[in-house]
Amino acid sequence: MNSTRDIEALIDAMAKLPGLGPRSARRAVLHLIRKRALLMQPLADLMGQVAATARECLNCGNVGTTDICDICASEKRGNGQICVVEDVADLWAMERGQVFKGRYHVLGGTLSALDQVGPEQLRIPKLIDRVDAESVTEVILALNATIDGQTTAHYIADQLEGRVSLSSLAQGVPIGGELDYLDDGTIAAALNARKSF
Amino acid sequence: MEWRDQGILLHSRRHGESAAIIEVFTPSRGRHAGVVRGGAGRRMAPVLQPGAQLDVTWRARLEDHIGAFTVEPVRSRIEAMGDRLSLAGLNAVLALLHFALPEREAHGALYLHSENLLDLLGDADLWPLAYLRWEMTLLEELGYGLDLSTCAVTGARAGLVYISPKSGRAVSAAGAGEWADRLLPLPQCLLGQGDASDAEIIEGLGVTGHFLANHMAYDMGDKPLPEARHRFVDAMQRRLARNG
Repeated sequence: MNSTRDIEALIDAMAKLPGLGPRSARRAVLHLIRKRALLMQPLADLMGQVAATARECLNCGNVGTTDICDICASEKRGNGQICVVEDVADLWAMERGQVFKGRYHVLGGTLSALDQVGPEQLRIPKLIDRVDAESVTEVILALNATIDGQTTAHYIADQLEGRVSLSSLAQGVPIGGELDYLDDGTIAAALNARKSF
Repeated sequence: MEWRDQGILLHSRRHGESAAIIEVFTPSRGRHAGVVRGGAGRRMAPVLQPGAQLDVTWRARLEDHIGAFTVEPVRSRIEAMGDRLSLAGLNAVLALLHFALPEREAHGALYLHSENLLDLLGDADLWPLAYLRWEMTLLEELGYGLDLSTCAVTGARAGLVYISPKSGRAVSAAGAGEWADRLLPLPQCLLGQGDASDAEIIEGLGVTGHFLANHMAYDMGDKPLPEARHRFVDAMQRRLARNG
């Protein structure tokens, strides 16, 4: 019997995680083994717990451990604004900013003709239902500034036209950005969206 | 193996954690795929947006290999993102090129027409007619060209008002006779005449759409046309409804 078979299997599994390769997975597993009681066991317990309870919010598509996530359940967040994002990672990024006080809607991707992703593969019908059901006054399209992201934004805008106020995130120079390092598309977008000073 | 050319980026998809597989449409090599190392990273994201004009160098050990591209941006077509009709048109062009072109087969005339068309993106007045003409070039390049020079029945050069859904040849009112209801209407903008209103252009898209779907796509195994083309026609119809 191979005494390291399970450890090798763990390294192989860890190496499949984003950002990790075989070498870094080996290092991480070795570190966990050295700190079995302090790190590995609590981590294993938490992973088992989350694996059993993690699910998508039935309302917005956020990830949580209950059927309705905390944001959707909170009365305070029901201010009539819904921020549409592509992915849960984008929702988390928005929440880190602690600026937006409304609710979210996670599409689960963007329309892509070449990858054969159509509206029915995304959560667009659910968004339209929510606009009617939750007395929404404004939908903020916080989709990526890519061709696919903006194609999706225009498609949603067409579906919701005349039913609710629509807005999108501004495009331009990021905080700390230097013009010399920006691509021509960003500079063009920034110039088009210039404001009086 | 190594070559260098300019091309239009048709598609980019992630390959592994940091690389991307891209497809470019070049004048001398046609639709050609290759790997871009680091192509999935943040630095390359603005460069590898579909529709971008790129300077590409392709290297591989053997001709049959997928090979690797090194990519330099020439110009982006990011201005299309602000206008829904331009964006729908850009997506339709890229999706149709991806759908219709065989890999590694040069189509120099179609490339030139495609590049000129994409450079017109910001001009909402010229763009739709240019797109319609581009679809006619696409059909012609792939062997499904329309013959609108003379009437297929009488040989007349004037009074062409129909087009045969089978042969793609123009037919005059006199030549059509009692078969008129089985023919497609021929909008005058397809003949390079008239004011090319939105209504006429939509009618023209109906004609080219018929040949794309029932001839070209049919011969490719009766595949449905890309959804992006339907969305562009929808966007045109919405513009017509809005402007009356």
